[in-house]
Amino acid sequence: MKNRYAYFLILPGLAFLTIFMVIPILLTVGSTFVQNGSFTLGGYWHFFKDPYFLKILLTTLQVSVVTTLLCVVIGFPVAYYISKLPPRGKSVLLALAIFPLLTSSVVRSFSWMILLGKRGLINNTLLAIGLIQEPLDILYTPTAMIIGLVHLFLPLILITLVGVMENIDPDVVKAAESLGASKFTAFRKVIVPLSIPGLIIGSILVFVGSLTAYTTPALLGGKQRVISTFLYQNAITLNDWHSASVIATIMMVITFVVIALMNRAAAKFNPKE
Amino acid sequence: MRENNRGLALFTGLVYVFLLGPLVIIAVSSFEPGSILKFPPSGFSWRWYANIFDVEMFMSTFRTSMAVSLLGNLFALLLGVPAAYALSRYSFRGKEMLNAVFISPVLIPGIVLGFAMLKYLIVAYHLPIYTALLIGHTVIMLPFIIRVIASSLANFDFSVEEAALSLGASRLHTFFKVVLPNIRSGIIAAVLIAFLESFNNVDISVFMTGPGVSTLPIQLLTYVENYFDPTIAAISVLLMIITSILMFLIERLMGLSYFTKR
Repeated sequence: MKNRYAYFLILPGLAFLTIFMVIPILLTVGSTFVQNGSFTLGGYWHFFKDPYFLKILLTTLQVSVVTTLLCVVIGFPVAYYISKLPPRGKSVLLALAIFPLLTSSVVRSFSWMILLGKRGLINNTLLAIGLIQEPLDILYTPTAMIIGLVHLFLPLILITLVGVMENIDPDVVKAAESLGASKFTAFRKVIVPLSIPGLIIGSILVFVGSLTAYTTPALLGGKQRVISTFLYQNAITLNDWHSASVIATIMMVITFVVIALMNRAAAKFNPKE
Repeated sequence: MRENNRGLALFTGLVYVFLLGPLVIIAVSSFEPGSILKFPPSGFSWRWYANIFDVEMFMSTFRTSMAVSLLGNLFALLLGVPAAYALSRYSFRGKEMLNAVFISPVLIPGIVLGFAMLKYLIVAYHLPIYTALLIGHTVIMLPFIIRVIASSLANFDFSVEEAALSLGASRLHTFFKVVLPNIRSGIIAAVLIAFLESFNNVDISVFMTGPGVSTLPIQLLTYVENYFDPTIAAISVLLMIITSILMFLIERLMGLSYFTKR
């Protein structure tokens, strides 16, 4: 009898999501296989033989991979440091990481426009100390996108890792040390393996986030397109709805494949199972 | 080991300079008296803060953003609270799948969701842009509302509810008098988190602009592409102040643990 209440309570939300999200998404995906009233894979074929699109796809993947690696390499030691702090210091550093995470992505990308521009702080400083003679072209390049995306997503991997590392029983580390392991060995043999599931989840968040981010590439990437800005361009500027739907489907497939693969990897490394 | 810790502390410090430095630089350069944004600023002036209130498009898009985020929040609560309650309280067939459906708006790339909504809500279903914008924001707020409230319900002892029911209280009455007061802080936190998510949203809103309809982040995005005066820096500072107030409230209500749990 109780179950009937459950369905009744869930129904409004479910109906809402079905009408306004699930159906539009399914119709968008479905529409990519139909052209002039007949089934076709032409839309996909058209993209995968187009060097311009392949270049955009490749740039997007490169930018996302580099961003994820940088976030992991920078985030891991910092998260470890934070997780070892006394509660007060830990809360302060966590709060300082969460604050940028909650701040508008437009504001955060804009801050890098000030810093990376031809007459921005970074170029001015490098010129002043004589390290460079000509201002560097950083803004409106893939490098600028990577810097902006690392800035955007580093807090995400930091707080995920701190959450995981906090739950590692300090007695396990102490045990390793009392059995003769040095602090570094204990870190390598205990902390690192126990953090891997968190690291994988954090990496999924960063990788998928970078792959699908719109604001940062739109503001910092200049003419360099990534897949999300290319989708927008096709839909709004070029009014090419079929191409935009194909790109949207490709984006979703990549996202779901990445999430599924990495979730499987995370489950495999989970020491509790 | 001391040395090692000091090295790590220094590295952590540098990383935080990277994270927060750019935001501090925006804040400082917002006081630039001249009409070109630069750092360090050439003087001190409130001029660009005053300018925000003179530019009608900032004020009108701010009003739209507020309306959409608040009204969408209300809709998301009306749809999400019963769903979160049912998902936490009962076990039934298809629960896992329903859970996944309710979380899916955060898994689907925002830009894809925005495009699909433009294509069907506005073009195919002929909904007015404003309505579509409101629906889009309700959809993206729903997972946050459900997740936060469900985690709040996870700490609620449902036997208290059983007791009230067995004493003859009606289900609805029990919900409002027994369950709701116990998860009040969770609900407020859910509202604040969903609000931030919606208020800062670009991916959905960027597809839903039209004559007289646009949100503040989209207006900022367009402005930044064309002008480089310190108005944006001044608005950024105001947005950061709002963000920190909301973050402080969320911390008071449920601690920062919400953010570290995955």
